[in-house]
Amino acid sequence: MARPPVLALRGITKRFGGVQALVDVDLQVRAGEVVALAGDNGAGKSTLVKVISGVSPADRGLIEWEGRLVQIKRPHDAHALGIATVYQDLAMCDNLDVVGNLFLGREIDRVGVLDEVEMERRARDLMRTLSIRIPDVRVPVAALSAGQRQAVAISRSLMGAPKVLLLDEPTAALGVEQTSHLLDLIEEVRDRGMAIILISHNMGDIKAVADRVAILRLGRNNGLFDVSTVTQEQIISSVTGAADNAVAHRSKGDEEAWP
Amino acid sequence: MSRGGPRRDGVPAGPGSAGPVTARGERRTRGWQDSLREYALDVRGSVRGGERGPLLVIAGLIVIWIVFQGLDDKFLSPRNLSNLSVDIVGTGLVAVGIVFVLLIREIDLSVGSVSGLAGAAFAVLNVNHGVPEWLAVIVAVAAGTAVGAFHGVFHAWLGVPAFVVTLAGLLIWNGLTLYLLGASGTINIDEEGLVASLTSRHFGNHLAAYAVAALGTAGYALAAHRRRSRHRAAGMPYRSRGEVWLRTGLLAVIAFAAAFTLNRFQGLPLALLIFLVVLVVSDYVLRRTRYGRRVYALGGGVEAARRAGIGVERVRVAMFMVSGTLAAVGGLFVASGLTSASPTTARAAGSGMLLINAIAAAVIGGTSLFGGRGSPWSVLLGVVVIQSIASGMGLLGVQDAVQFMITGGVLLAAVAADALSRRAQARRGRP
Ligand SMILES: Nc1ncnc2c1ncn2[C@@H]1O[C@H](COP(=O)(O)OP(=O)(O)OP(=O)(O)O)[C@@H](O)[C@H]1O
Ligand SMILES: [Mg+2]
Repeated sequence: MARPPVLALRGITKRFGGVQALVDVDLQVRAGEVVALAGDNGAGKSTLVKVISGVSPADRGLIEWEGRLVQIKRPHDAHALGIATVYQDLAMCDNLDVVGNLFLGREIDRVGVLDEVEMERRARDLMRTLSIRIPDVRVPVAALSAGQRQAVAISRSLMGAPKVLLLDEPTAALGVEQTSHLLDLIEEVRDRGMAIILISHNMGDIKAVADRVAILRLGRNNGLFDVSTVTQEQIISSVTGAADNAVAHRSKGDEEAWP
Repeated sequence: MSRGGPRRDGVPAGPGSAGPVTARGERRTRGWQDSLREYALDVRGSVRGGERGPLLVIAGLIVIWIVFQGLDDKFLSPRNLSNLSVDIVGTGLVAVGIVFVLLIREIDLSVGSVSGLAGAAFAVLNVNHGVPEWLAVIVAVAAGTAVGAFHGVFHAWLGVPAFVVTLAGLLIWNGLTLYLLGASGTINIDEEGLVASLTSRHFGNHLAAYAVAALGTAGYALAAHRRRSRHRAAGMPYRSRGEVWLRTGLLAVIAFAAAFTLNRFQGLPLALLIFLVVLVVSDYVLRRTRYGRRVYALGGGVEAARRAGIGVERVRVAMFMVSGTLAAVGGLFVASGLTSASPTTARAAGSGMLLINAIAAAVIGGTSLFGGRGSPWSVLLGVVVIQSIASGMGLLGVQDAVQFMITGGVLLAAVAADALSRRAQARRGRP
């Protein structure tokens, strides 16, 4: 693997009051690669996503983008680099319609005046190419089902042709058919050279699309595996801590040194 | 007119739209009956969907007018209606400012005091210190903007809840007003001056009122037809020609009836014209511009807006500045109507009557206290209802004590309707 990672995190540390949400976390993802991120509830997966997307920046640690050091302090910084995110809570404005949400923060306008027709046209095109079925792109998203909302959030993330895509449990609200559809979609954008970080509790999904799987446990790295060789048991024991490995032990030592 | 929310008006969100796009793409030219029926279905769907269309409020207004006309046949006289159209403007402008703040799901309780402050600042500067009127007006309005910025900074950057900041503001600015007026007591403003003319000036020429009615109707028709053809050209669902004509026709009837009535008294009041311009401009900014979209976004989900890269704090400060500015402008209209600024009216401003009327006007018209829903146009309807009640009670000589109770009751009823419609929406929103 000669290509440098498009995104590399080193020593990411973040605490919320008394809670150490992330401790010295490392993670890399290359273009055209899907890295799954797994871990128990509260392991720090969503916190890591919010660090990368600039929603809540890390206390310590480095972020490298295509080999050079960058600062991601605000969501805007992440957007500008080409990082798109589907948040676990989807982060949508319930009162706006589908078009409004898709284009939130990057509306198409002419001297400040919204071009609703063009936005609606592109929204429909996008929905069509992604074969997402939304009955009406002009209904407020509050009126959509959980799965439809998730589909809208996913379409939104793909809109700006990002280089890195963060998906925080994107299949949580999807039915069987939509899940397999999303997995196809992930493979498709991966083949087009996008780098994807996929958070999932579902071993089947991970096995199906991921190239590597990184495990977080209690805010620390707890293993990084090649999906083609790892067994489900190995993943589960890393997630639950049944087999604390060397990485975990090393991080524990760090914690004692950390005030 | 608007049905609230930045959605393309007239698109039903009801069961009729459950099919694929083509099902509605076929809303081609059809007969009048079809248009009427579609419109009726739209209205019924939105009422059941928990969206309070304006029709309910219009029905309420008609009832109020009939009752007061029955009690006193001067109520619907051109003179009283014309006065009503001037009296709504002070409260109405304040209420438009409140709409901006309500849309981001906050509240500004200081607007009554700020409007009193602007009136007093103008009077003191112009009458006591001989500052030219135009400059005194600018200073008074800028004071409102500055006060709004002050509230906004405390709220957005220090994280103090808006209702506390503006509650403190209510007292502070009212205190400052009384302090300014303290030395001189009541100040009478120049009855021939600029500010006095804000409410006293009428365009006696009958053409003025009709021209405004014609312009408004034509503007609406043009915009509606342009949208329709753009949507059609892009292969998107669009309103039937009949529906566009129906809406235009309704607007024309209302506009020309109003112009006719105003012309039977003194003609088009300048105040009303200014109010309409403010409504058109603020509605356009909120619903058609990128900036307005951010405002609605904040009301629909602060966190979502922040993650989309919107500078939440800046928008918040800006909204309080708008609210402070419009409160000050409204205050000048109030002072203009009274042709004075006095400690008594300042105390009244601090007592919250104007504040309550402004909030009630916004909410009655369909702007939600829960953020993200409503529009400046809602104020027009709401403030007419509020002012009709006040004017009717005034004609009948109802005492203040009773007026207070009734006004408070109306506010409570409007807010309750808002809360109920929100619950109805939540029930439907998530199946
Ligand atoms: N804003 C916050 N304030 C305080 N603590 C937080 C905050 N966000 C997360 N935490 C804490 O950080 C830890 C990691 O949370 P995080 O949401 O990242 O977990 P997760 O791995 O995404 O879990 P899940 O699988 O349930 O989504 C938890 O202990 C949580 O309580
Ligand atoms: Mg999570």
